[in-house]
Amino acid sequence: MSVTQKVEGLNGDEAVAYAVKQCNVDLVAAYPITPQTIIVEKLSEYVSNGEVDLEFVTVESEHSAMSACIGAAAVGGRIFTATASAGLALMHEMNYVAASHRLPIVMAVCNRALSGPINIHVDHSDSMGERDSSWLQIFSENPQEVYDNMIQAYRIAEDSSVQLPCMVLLDGFVVSHTMQDVAVLSDEVVNEFVGRRKLPFINIMGKSVPYKLDVENPLTMGPLALYDYYFEHKRQQEEAMKNAKDVIVKMNDEFARLTGRKIGDGLIQPHRMEDADMALICLGSTAGTTRTVVNELRRKGVRVGLVKVRSFRPFPAREIIDAVKGVKAVGVLDRSGAYGAVGGPLFNEIRSTLYDCDERPFVVDYIYGLGGRDMHPTLIKEVYDDLERIVKSGTVKQTLKFVGVR
Amino acid sequence: MAVNLKELSKKEELLASGHSLCSGCAAPIVVRQVLKAVEGKPIITNSTGCLEVATSIYPFTAWRTPWIHTAFENAAANASGIAAMLKVYEKRGELKERPHVIAFSGDGGTFDIGFQALSGAFERGHNYLHVLYDNEAYMNTGIQRSGGTPHGAWTTTSQTGKAVPGKQEWKKPIARIMVEHNAPYVATVSPAYWQDLITKVRKGLAVDGPAFIHAIAPCPRGWRTPSNESVELARLAVQTCIFPLWECENGDYKLSAPSMPYVKRPERKKPIIDYLKAQGRFRHLFRPERPEIIERIQKHVDKEWGIILKRAGLT
Amino acid sequence: MSSPSAKLGWKDIPMGGVSWKLSDESKTGDWRGELKPVLDNEKCTACLFCWIYCPDAAILWDGEKVTIKYDYCKGCGICEKECPFDAIAMKKE
Repeated sequence: MSVTQKVEGLNGDEAVAYAVKQCNVDLVAAYPITPQTIIVEKLSEYVSNGEVDLEFVTVESEHSAMSACIGAAAVGGRIFTATASAGLALMHEMNYVAASHRLPIVMAVCNRALSGPINIHVDHSDSMGERDSSWLQIFSENPQEVYDNMIQAYRIAEDSSVQLPCMVLLDGFVVSHTMQDVAVLSDEVVNEFVGRRKLPFINIMGKSVPYKLDVENPLTMGPLALYDYYFEHKRQQEEAMKNAKDVIVKMNDEFARLTGRKIGDGLIQPHRMEDADMALICLGSTAGTTRTVVNELRRKGVRVGLVKVRSFRPFPAREIIDAVKGVKAVGVLDRSGAYGAVGGPLFNEIRSTLYDCDERPFVVDYIYGLGGRDMHPTLIKEVYDDLERIVKSGTVKQTLKFVGVR
Repeated sequence: MAVNLKELSKKEELLASGHSLCSGCAAPIVVRQVLKAVEGKPIITNSTGCLEVATSIYPFTAWRTPWIHTAFENAAANASGIAAMLKVYEKRGELKERPHVIAFSGDGGTFDIGFQALSGAFERGHNYLHVLYDNEAYMNTGIQRSGGTPHGAWTTTSQTGKAVPGKQEWKKPIARIMVEHNAPYVATVSPAYWQDLITKVRKGLAVDGPAFIHAIAPCPRGWRTPSNESVELARLAVQTCIFPLWECENGDYKLSAPSMPYVKRPERKKPIIDYLKAQGRFRHLFRPERPEIIERIQKHVDKEWGIILKRAGLT
Repeated sequence: MSSPSAKLGWKDIPMGGVSWKLSDESKTGDWRGELKPVLDNEKCTACLFCWIYCPDAAILWDGEKVTIKYDYCKGCGICEKECPFDAIAMKKE
């Protein structure tokens, strides 16, 4: 049976801060940027009130934020940071380094459109820019999922078979600033679930030493690796990403036993997919809107379904193939642009995933919601109507479409 | 504590032989002297540059002390994270003895791309020592000009020719800028004066807060000088007062012993032309002769020297 | 099995790209050109200036005498230049 939980009215940002407070985090180095500011402000409040014992370093830029996080994690700390949009882009260089240094830093990213034009609202262009950085990317649909994902993130990132940093994503303003009744666990339960960071051991010069900067066992981290060794290091990261899939599924189950809540199988969350003819695949809060449209259409007898992708990295290819079996037309909702690619980032993954299947549905990309453009249920219904037309006609004229733009 | 070479020689070399720094490079001379001044093993952050690249070619390392490199502009930010995390361990009583934290960065990683992180680290007051090994250009990428390149010098991005005779801008007074961050301890050092350098490093480490040490580090390749002259040039820089040695504790400037002779007996100050003609990177000032540039440089040297003397209360 | 100098594969190298060999395996003495520093122990007073100025830590003081590690000496000549007693001379190998 699940443990007692109390209900708190929290918006997405507050849920992040609440979880950080409970997760035995040692240090936070962060720089404010809309719409993440509530996270850092809340953490500052907790620290100043003595509600949490963590070192809060108010760095002077996001690049320095990730740099300080790397330094602190390298000496053994459990570290947290948060950012969005331009901030994430500014720390881009360091994101790759955090991953290659195999430091399980957890970062909340309030998805916000990249400039220009400068825009403070939700789209996924910022985190999509980091999809090759070897960070785990877990999307949250609402504040409850944000809280749940944050707590699981440390266990996933710090797993001995993973040791990669993890991004927990939440839609800017739509999730970060919208309040929900969030069921939260007690401090003790979370403390126990996440424990303390356990350092992996590595074999250096004949000795098995803890992976940290320590005068007892000096390590050289971040050497220059030329063409004779760079590739091998990146291959190790690929393996770690592969291992992460099982860990994410396992954590989802363990968390469900604790709280009674799980998000699909941990990687994807299908809804009414068993006999769907048309399906939409999407990330983030739009999944919630789409679910209501699915329910409405189902009441009218239209066989539609939804697959919410929770883990974008590692990408759940196997699970997607199983989920869309029998579907005739799949619409992919991409909240970031294609700009010369065949489609948006999610579309490219889905297309590639389904290529080897014996029976393939039509796959069409619908780019939507850029810069916070609202994805109203009527627009989603129009997408399902479009998919229905495609199924009826048996052909697809255009695989890249734009929804909601004038 | 007195600086005794025989005593210091008993300390293990934390920068091992076999590194790939150029023959005659002054950077490892600076680093060896700094590490001799430290008690125990420090945790080092090192920005991208000659020192980092040449001492850490995978799978090798020349460092016998914990060391981390991440990128070019953030040795100070890495150090901030490390110092802050060590504070956490200390508060919890989980640290037997707090190791020193030292950031090594070149002029690129300090004057220019690294300045923001440096300024932020000092504003926040982290307990660490920042050592700038200044070879006066982005040497590792091929001798491009930096904010630390002196006026008139040839570099690959301040080339000399009929139209423009080398770098037109003046060297950024980085150490004075760090004093204005209210840093508890700032000093300039030269590896030619190892006793002064080691004393100052110890003072910087003893401070509970950020300390900044600016070391001149001649580069035979970039300065176009013979490999055996690097220490002599580091001495000449002090003797001509283009690189005066001083320290500043909580805002109080004090001129150091190696530079004092030029206050008491100004006639002993060597003319800057001696320094310039010893280096190939200033060769274009002599063929054909550009006395007006040399004079301009001498005036600037005198002006900067005057600033330090005034602040140290010696005028 | 592979020879000792063969490169390791991704499964065998430590995680995180941490270096696993000390640079002293690299004998930079082979960088030297024609000249190498030769110490005259008669003239040497063990002031250790050469020791503190050597960029490569190639000069040793064992408590009794100064020696030069030719395995690592790159032949820069700083020791010859800085010795106050002319006890070191750069000579042809």
